[in-house]
Amino acid sequence: MSLSTRLRLGLAGVAALAVLSFGCAGTATDELVIGEYGSLTGNDATFGQSTKQGVELALGELVAQREGRIGGLKVRVVAEDDQGRPEEAATVVKKLLNQDRVCAVIGEVASSRSLAAAPICQEAGVPMISPSSTNPRVTQVGDYIFRMCFIDPFQGTVMARFAAQNLHIQRVAILKDVKNDYSVGLAQFFTEAFTNLGGSIVTEQAYSAGDQDFRAQLTNMKARSPEAIFVPGYYTEVGLIARQARELGIKAPILGGDGWESEQLLQIGGEALDGCYYSNHFATDNPDPRLQEFLKSYKARFGKESDAIGGLAYDAAKVLFQSLEKLAEQDPETFKGLASSKAGTAARRTAGKKLRDIIATTTNFAGVTGTITLDENRNATKPAVVLAIKDGKKVYDTTIHP
Amino acid sequence: MSEFLQQLVNGVTWGSVYALIALGYTMVYGILRLINFAHGDIYMLGAFFGFYAPGLIVVAGARAGEWLEGVHRALHGVPVLGPGVGRLAAALSAAGSMPNALEAVLVLVIAMVGCGLVGIIIERGAYKPVRGSSRLAALITAIGVSLLLENGGVLVFGPDPKFFPQIIPSSNIALGGGVTISNQQVIILVVSVLLMFALRFIVTRTRVGKAMQAVSHSHMAASLMGISVDRIITFTFVLGSMLAAAAGVLVALQNPKIEPYMGVMPGLKAFVAAVLGGIGNIPGAVLGGLVMGVAEVLVVGYVSPTYRDAIAFVLLIVILLVRPAGILGKAQAEKV
Repeated sequence: MSLSTRLRLGLAGVAALAVLSFGCAGTATDELVIGEYGSLTGNDATFGQSTKQGVELALGELVAQREGRIGGLKVRVVAEDDQGRPEEAATVVKKLLNQDRVCAVIGEVASSRSLAAAPICQEAGVPMISPSSTNPRVTQVGDYIFRMCFIDPFQGTVMARFAAQNLHIQRVAILKDVKNDYSVGLAQFFTEAFTNLGGSIVTEQAYSAGDQDFRAQLTNMKARSPEAIFVPGYYTEVGLIARQARELGIKAPILGGDGWESEQLLQIGGEALDGCYYSNHFATDNPDPRLQEFLKSYKARFGKESDAIGGLAYDAAKVLFQSLEKLAEQDPETFKGLASSKAGTAARRTAGKKLRDIIATTTNFAGVTGTITLDENRNATKPAVVLAIKDGKKVYDTTIHP
Repeated sequence: MSEFLQQLVNGVTWGSVYALIALGYTMVYGILRLINFAHGDIYMLGAFFGFYAPGLIVVAGARAGEWLEGVHRALHGVPVLGPGVGRLAAALSAAGSMPNALEAVLVLVIAMVGCGLVGIIIERGAYKPVRGSSRLAALITAIGVSLLLENGGVLVFGPDPKFFPQIIPSSNIALGGGVTISNQQVIILVVSVLLMFALRFIVTRTRVGKAMQAVSHSHMAASLMGISVDRIITFTFVLGSMLAAAAGVLVALQNPKIEPYMGVMPGLKAFVAAVLGGIGNIPGAVLGGLVMGVAEVLVVGYVSPTYRDAIAFVLLIVILLVRPAGILGKAQAEKV
């Protein structure tokens, strides 16, 4: 064999390989990519971690039941870390849309970060489901933005009613995080509801996430002798605030919202949180079989108890999978537009619109965090539970219906 | 009135932490004319060393206990010494259940020694090579070291906040008139004051302290008098780093959340405190720290919490306009 024949053979081989690999690119790598973003690191890292695990659990079930395929396409979830920063949330969602070519997005927990990413999904025509952002403005961004939880005007009312009617409290002080949309919103809705019920807000103080020392604000409050302190913040600061309040001799209970929901809350706050209350999406001691089944499989998979954030993420993923399946059944042609290879095409836009329409009609979905029916503003209407912290444990106290 | 007094108590304890960090800034500046921007990050390292120290103590205690147990067996039958070693071995093996106060002291010492070593490495590795160059080069190196420590911290300790163990459970002490102080605040105050006195003793009464003063006046003259300038500079870094480590552990005892960027703001503010008191001046750093702490708490308590960080820099601007040398600093004519 002469050198030139060898060369020619070699070249032919390379060409054949190239053809083969191109041939594959069209079909085998086509998949259904779903984006998920959250704070896997940073100040409120358990939010992102629980969300990611909730979605993973739902995906695991999809794999077990239907080999991880919907409408013939393999489902893949890409999780991104936004480090708990709104600007980073916008960046990672752009990356999910442009590089990973996702057909739907799940995220975020913190309203500030959902608000940063929502306009990007809306503009791209990609449905975004926030499992647990409660600020009303999140879904007002546009008709592609959904949520699986109740909103803050309701949550504020829940705590106001609980304080006035269950605790018989008249005078409340508020300590809110001024740089956080969720906290500012919830403080406002609580104030409105509580004053309507005849109570008074004796003082409203503020802090910024990341602060270490809250003694100045708490000292100020102490002088106005509130019967309770409402802290609509995230768990890290809440824990520190509770400790410092007790150190200053403030014995009033501290009340809060679902931003408290984290396994780390009690680790940080310790005994200082005994006798405090917060509103949440579920109580783990609820005997509902669906919830108990979820908690069991979550524990089996991740070796720890799920919080409500994980439950909402699980529901969000389930609702999304169900909507995708519906679309694949009703309109298989349009459904193909969601495949990763169709990103940026007109077919993708049409399919995204269809998917959006189907998610919007979600009614009576049997989720682990309650029955989910989306209203015309794409919000779920669900009852809230109030949890009490007693002897270092979260205990179900009461359910308040809308 | 009791509210105001309470705010003052809060301010003074918070300020004593700034004072501890500011001391390190001021000593290094006094001797090297270098603003060590990595100082705030040493404070962070101190908190993290303290965080990992209890585990280290338990493991090391158990190992030492095992070894001594062996010695005890070897010494079988030897009067006095034998049972003594045995008792010590048992005590070390049970290091996990030692009294809180002892554990807290050990944690503090481990963090201080650890940061002292880091101080030596930083000084020898980063600052000494550029000592002959312009002051700007040293300043930029300091900023580089600071970034290295912060991001290295993210790499090694992880970006999530960690929660410092409750070595000493908090309790309230009523001071009368509705003013309370927590035992942890008392610890911060007492340890800070003790460390400041120790520093004052070292600087004014010991040979090495006198050498530090000499070096701060003139490197050249000091070395002509037979003082090893390099050694004194390293010693200064060790002292400063140990104080920052102590501040880190003390703050973490009280506010248990620690993360790799926790040193940035306190570091900047302590720097302002050092300038406020007169940079290079040791009592000035303490005074500056206390003024800063009280000013911050009063602004949060009576004006608006959003100005918490702003007040530090307002103070900096005011002092630079009104009295550039600082409250206790001596104005020096700059030779041009």
